[in-house]
Order: sequence, then C-alpha cells, then structure tokens
Amino acid sequence: MRSIIIRQGAVITPSSHDVADVLIVDGVIAQIGERIDAPSGANEIDARDCWIGPGFVDLHAHLRDPGREEAENIESGARAGALGGYTALVAMPNTEPALDNVAIVSYVLDRGARTPLDVSVAGAITQGRRGELLAPLAEMAALGVRLFTDDGIGVQDPSVMRRALAYAKPLGVTLAQHCEDERLAAHGTMNEGLLSSRLGLIGRPALAEELMVMRDIELVRLTGATMHFLHLSTARSVALVVGARREGLAVTCEVAPHHITLDESSCATFDPLFKVHPPLRRASDVEALREALRHGDIDAVATDHAPHAPELKDLPFDEAPAGMLGLEHCAALTYEALGADSSSPEQFFSVMSRGPARIAQLRHGDRRVRHSGHGGDVVVGEDANLVIFDPTTRWTGDRHSLASRATNSPYHGRPLVGKVRATIAKGRLIVDNGELT
Amino acid sequence: MDWLEGTIVITSIRGKNLLSLNELTKQAILEVLDVAEAFVEVNRRTIKKVPALKGRVIASLFFEESTRTRLSFETAAKRLSADVLSLAVASSSMKKGESLRDTIATVDALGIDAVVMRHQSSGAALQVSRYVPHVRVINAGDGLHQHPTQGLLDAFTIRQVLAERNGATGTETGSELFEGLRILIVGDVRHSRVARSNIAAYVALGADVRVAAPGTLLPECVSDWPVTVVDDIDEAIAWADVVGLLRLQRERGSGSFVPTLSEFTSAFGLTVERARTMRPDALIMHPGPMNRGIEIDSVVADRSSAVIERQVQNGVPIRMAVLYLSVVGSVEESQ
Repeated sequence: MRSIIIRQGAVITPSSHDVADVLIVDGVIAQIGERIDAPSGANEIDARDCWIGPGFVDLHAHLRDPGREEAENIESGARAGALGGYTALVAMPNTEPALDNVAIVSYVLDRGARTPLDVSVAGAITQGRRGELLAPLAEMAALGVRLFTDDGIGVQDPSVMRRALAYAKPLGVTLAQHCEDERLAAHGTMNEGLLSSRLGLIGRPALAEELMVMRDIELVRLTGATMHFLHLSTARSVALVVGARREGLAVTCEVAPHHITLDESSCATFDPLFKVHPPLRRASDVEALREALRHGDIDAVATDHAPHAPELKDLPFDEAPAGMLGLEHCAALTYEALGADSSSPEQFFSVMSRGPARIAQLRHGDRRVRHSGHGGDVVVGEDANLVIFDPTTRWTGDRHSLASRATNSPYHGRPLVGKVRATIAKGRLIVDNGELT
Repeated sequence: MDWLEGTIVITSIRGKNLLSLNELTKQAILEVLDVAEAFVEVNRRTIKKVPALKGRVIASLFFEESTRTRLSFETAAKRLSADVLSLAVASSSMKKGESLRDTIATVDALGIDAVVMRHQSSGAALQVSRYVPHVRVINAGDGLHQHPTQGLLDAFTIRQVLAERNGATGTETGSELFEGLRILIVGDVRHSRVARSNIAAYVALGADVRVAAPGTLLPECVSDWPVTVVDDIDEAIAWADVVGLLRLQRERGSGSFVPTLSEFTSAFGLTVERARTMRPDALIMHPGPMNRGIEIDSVVADRSSAVIERQVQNGVPIRMAVLYLSVVGSVEESQ
C-alpha cells in the first residue's frame, strides 16, 4: 500500500485546527507535523485551504441492492459515497427482499467488502419490514449489525415496537425509527398546509411524525432501550428529542440534508424530484433545524440517499416514489446549513463523522466484519479514514454527472459551496482532486 | 404564507398554457370571457364552424373518465376547424407501466399544436407542459387541483345571465356585475378541483365568495383561503346571489368524510325547503354530473333558476376561446 502525505491542511480536532502535514503508512496515521519528509513514492496531496478530518459516515444510505439494482447497487453507491467524502456507509434494509436475515445481510456485507469503503448494514426490525413479527435481531447482531430499522415505514404497532426495544436492549444494539404514523399520513404526498391545500395534494401532517416521536420517546422511557430518530423534519420533533435527552433518555437523532436546505415551496412545481418522506416542511422548520444543527442538538446529518430509476420520477407527483439522492451533495449542503463561511469545522465533522460513527458503533474497527475505525480524531495510530474538504470551492449541482446510477437529485443547478477534494478510506486514496482514482 | 405565494402571473393566455386559474389576472379572465361571447354566435349558426384553427392539431388526452368535458372540448376544437387526435388512456399510467413523459412524447411525435389533458393526479398537466414546452397545454382537470375551463364557463354563465337581465351583453358589463356579487359554494370543497378554479375566478373578478361544508370536507387551512366559511348554511342560502353546488366526490372516498349521505343531504343539500328560502332571482349552479337527491334535490335541479344546462352549453364557446387564444397566440402570429 502506497504511503500518502497530505500537505498543509487544517487538521480538525474537537479542540483545534492547526495547519500541518499528515503522513499515512500502511492504512494508519503514522505522523502529524509541521513539515514531514515523505517516504519516496508517497502519494502527495496538496491540502492548502482545506480541512483534514475524519471521513464522513452516512447512517442512512439506500443502496437498493438487492432488488433495485437499476437505480443503484452497492458498488455505485460506494462510488457516490467516496465522491461525497464518505468512508463508511450504513446500508438501509428496505431492499427487495428486505435485509431481515443473516443470509441477505451477509450478501450485502460481502459486496460491501469488495468496495473501498466500509459498508455496514442496518437490519430490519421486523420480518419483511411488515411491522408484525420480530426479525432475528440477535443472529444479525452476531454478524456485527448494530443498527436496526424498518425505514421507509415506521413500526406502526406500539406493542411490536415495545417488544422490539425490550428484545434489542440486552443485545447492545440501537433501534432507529422512521417516525410517521401512516394512518395519519395516509396517502399524503407533501407537507400538509396551505400550499398542499391550494395545490390539491393530500398532505402528510407534521403531527404524523411528531406523534410517533412522542410515542417512541415514551417507549424508550418504559424499556430503557437505546433509540435513534431518523430524518427528523419538524421543529417540534427535534424539540421533543432534545427534551428527552435532557431527561437522560438514550436517544439520538439525525436530519437529512434536504430538510435543512429545501422547503415545501419546491413542491409547487409538482416535480416529483421534491417528493420525499417525511416531506419537505415549512421554511420555519428548515430554519429551526438549521438552528438546532448549529446549536449541537442534532447528532448527525444523514443523507437518506434514495435512488430511483428516472422513469419512476417521471410519473405524476402522487404516483411517483418518495426519495432523493444525497451522498454526493450532503457535505456542501451541511456546510451551507451550518452557516457556510461562518460554520465551525468542529461542528461540521461532529455531524458528518463523529456523531454518526458513534451511533452506528463504527468508532472502532471490528475484525469479524473487517471494518476499520471511523469518526476518530486525526491523531497518530488511528485508522486512516480521512476526508480533505475544501470549504472555498464554489460549484453547481448537476444531476447528470453523478456517480450514482440514478439522477433524482433535487440540487440540479443549485450553487454549492465546499467540495470534497480527496477521500482516503482504509489507507487508500480513492478520491483525488475531486475525482475517483 | 400568502394564498398565491409563488404563483406566476398571466395577464393574457394568448400563446400560453392554461394550467390554473390562480395564475390569471382579472384582465386575462375577462379576455377569455369576451372572446367566448363572440363564439356564442357561431354556435347558433346553421354551419357551426370557423376556420380559426384550420390545419392545427389538438390532442385530447383523457387519463380519467369524462363525458361532458371531453365532448365539449372536442366539439370546440372541431368548430374551430382543428384536427382532433383523441386518445383515451386507461387508468393510472403506473399500472400501464408507462411514464407520463413517455406517453406525451408518443403523442407529440405525431405532430401536435396543443394537448387538452385530464388526469386523476394533481399537477399532471403542469408536468406535461415541462416535457413538451413547444406544445400548448390546456388543463381539462387535474386531480383535486384545478379545472380552469369549468371555472371560466361558470363565470361566463353568471355574467351572461345577469347581463341579459339588465338588457346588456356580457362584454359591455365587463367585470362590473361581479363586484360584491354574493356567491356561496356548497359541498365537497376539499376534494373539488372545480371549487379551486371557481374560487380563483370569482375572487379575481371581485365577488364575495363564501363556502359551506361539513368540517371534514373543508380544505386544510381554509381560513387562509380568500373566502369566508359560513357557520349557518340556511342564513347563507338566503344571502346568496349565486349558489354553486359541488358534486360529492364519492369516487374519491368522500363518502367516509361524512357519516351518512342522508345526513349530508339534510345538513348541506339544496333541498326543496332550503331552495324556498333563496332570493327570488338567485342562480343555482352545478358543474355536473349531479348526484340528484344528495347535494341537490331533483326538483330543485330542474327549476328555471338552475342554470345547469346553460353551463354545459357555454362549455363550448369558452373552450373555443381558450383553444383559440392559447394556440393562435398573438395577433401578429395569426396572420
């Protein structure tokens, strides 16, 4: 493995960001210093004006494999992730069939191991994600699965969710919930409000999400289990989780990049690229989420990267599937939401890497699943999962030049600030100068 | 949020798509009404045809069942001497496995100037207009969103009837008759694209619009709509110059929004008893097809103050006007 020398970037740690060189040898950070003499043949990366930090960790990637490989597969998803600065992805289980047993989880882990990234799996909570019978959580946990969710739909039945939390607790795994009461959100396609009312689109009320957040907080209180709230989209949802955390409950939460950069007004064009669940909310919710992010109330920004074949996004708004791409734009969007020029690099890496790595339990390497450690400090001895992020680059979203197999990005034509210059995963330089090596 | 926040403003539909009445100014609406008035005369001739759209091709694309709107549009197109390509596309495009983009591309490949489109999904006409920017798109009803030509023909009918009473033509009266006109819309506003278009047109023309419906059939955030919700339907019926009834959209599941149909009828139907309390000169309107005995009593529907057949009749000149203005475009272009 070739050594890598990163020259003169700001090394971001929770307490400092001093400019230095970083030397990587044999997949590990070997030396950090003002001016390092590189070994001959080392890959040299110019990181002037850039941030050097732990590689991004995505808690929420729909890689569509198996079942919907025309939209994405594990390899294409990993390429998109690498370009986005990710060194680890958590593959969501709403594949066809669902990732609800050891055989299918093993398939994804094996395919993932052939990519340069660490691909881990979120297993399904219930068999077939039908919300009725528990999936074999312990067997999947033995394979290294640490996160479980029926994402795409929340576990609707409170007694099933209670049982799942009670079962999960002694296993040391975390359950993650897509919070939306489907009976209340029934047939809704965008945020419920004046705009949906004018457009004649059936709404998904904020309350459908908030009710399930409330319910699950109480179930966590009852069972003492650990819970992660996926893609919170309303001011009130975040306030509820922040309140629960203050009470000492073991709850964490994420926001998706689209919920901190787009609001419901995008739906006025009836363009299904803007259809997502939970839906894009009011501008005031977007502002509240940004405020919470800056304030440190949000543990992670997670992409909810949801590829769909182009023809499905050419259907009418109510018939088109929900979801949008995120892996390749998330870093820039998070940077924007944190205040662009005024954003704190520590906060940026906290929500893009450290927080999600902690939640997915990817902080330390796991030999059983051949995973390295993510979201650590940039210090000697750590696994070399790093990203070099240039916060000064200005570029424009282009949905036709993505590594993802799908094109359903809502950021086409959007001016973006901040770009991944290089990604180093497991000691290998996989993205250099913004391109796959 | 303002009611019309984010909508574009169209001051004339010449050469433009007709997707939603929310986009049209009073001036744009009056232009259509005035042109339609000129076409009324054509429909009274023995030879009901003018060469205005000779050689133009209009596709009529109905993804959702419709008898009167489709017939009305196709009649209008033929009276303008346009060639009509008529396609009935069964049920949902998803079930057929074809995307909206592919369907419209196929039709466009045949060479068309305009498409008249009805679809069960809100926004479908707007989506199609993005796929074929060189084709004029006329929305003939999209989901719960809009039914612009119905809104226009209802306004036209009101103006026509009231102007006749004054011994004037509609064109002469402009929008004067709508100033403060008391219009009550009753019934399933929530699921009604007709109501959304009616309200847009009536409000733009200066009317005082009120709505009456069970709480479940009012749209979300109705308090921010440019209408007043009435508490007492009987009071409102006695108040109104025009009572516009809406079809209870049972096919859209509206049945489950009210306990029973008979309760809906007794609480909000235009029964014989209620009709008796109306002002003697007040108009009764219904976009059809009527659920006789549910939102309107059969006897009431056949009264002379009910201008329901006039609405149907006026559909043709209104759609002629819309097609003419939209397809021919500017005056220079037509020469």
